[in-house]
Amino acid sequence: MMEMALDILSWFCIVVGGFLGITGAIGLFRFPDFYSRLHAASITDTLSVGLIIFGLVLQSSSVLMVLKLLLLLLILAYTGPTAAHALAKTARQEKLKPVLDDNGEES
Amino acid sequence: MSKIFGFVLILASFWLISSGMFKPLLLTFGAISIVIVIALIMRMKSKDAESYPIIMPAWRLPGYLLWMIGQIVVSNIDVAKRVWLGKSSISPTIFTVRATQKTDVAKVLYANSITMTPGTVTLSVREDVLEVHALTKAAAEELKKGEMDRRVTALEAA
Repeated sequence: MMEMALDILSWFCIVVGGFLGITGAIGLFRFPDFYSRLHAASITDTLSVGLIIFGLVLQSSSVLMVLKLLLLLLILAYTGPTAAHALAKTARQEKLKPVLDDNGEES
Repeated sequence: MSKIFGFVLILASFWLISSGMFKPLLLTFGAISIVIVIALIMRMKSKDAESYPIIMPAWRLPGYLLWMIGQIVVSNIDVAKRVWLGKSSISPTIFTVRATQKTDVAKVLYANSITMTPGTVTLSVREDVLEVHALTKAAAEELKKGEMDRRVTALEAA
């Protein structure tokens, strides 16, 4: 019974995580400019990865495996924002024009 | 000295988690690697005040982390919804917020927290002014209220 519940929860997490990953990829194509696409990609970076790893943690059979998965999550949590900021800052410095909503009120 | 001990602890647990084998030979290799890495760090003289960033009161971090996970979930759902609703549902803006933190580490934490929540990305940091790109006006207003800023500043207070 317990195992069944764990399986259901773990599959729920993995499926929702996968769905969010696809959503991020679709957003990458649907959004109008570089900066807003970055937001779509950060869905894949955060909740999607988190849910998939949590689902896998529920499936894993040893403590070592859990620790390895958590280490993976930690590394992704460090590199995701760093890469996003590096991309955004470089685009900004090279004066890539963002598509803004508020009539070009840009500093 | 306590910094070196901290490094040893972190490196040793990293080695053990990634190898997962406790044979004497492999443990010896691990110990040798740790000694080499620490020797390299000392040689690079990179042990200034901030190369070892656990200077904030550590018992407050888990609370912030939990709050942060909640924020990430909420803003993820919001951005995912807007992906499916399409272009007309977003209103990108660029604006600046003031960071009230004193130390650089706390500013880094704040800027990275902004980047990590989908819907807002930090573009640049100058002194204590952060330039932020937000996907929607609502996300921008939410950030301007300054709750995240207040929470990170509270972490800093000893």
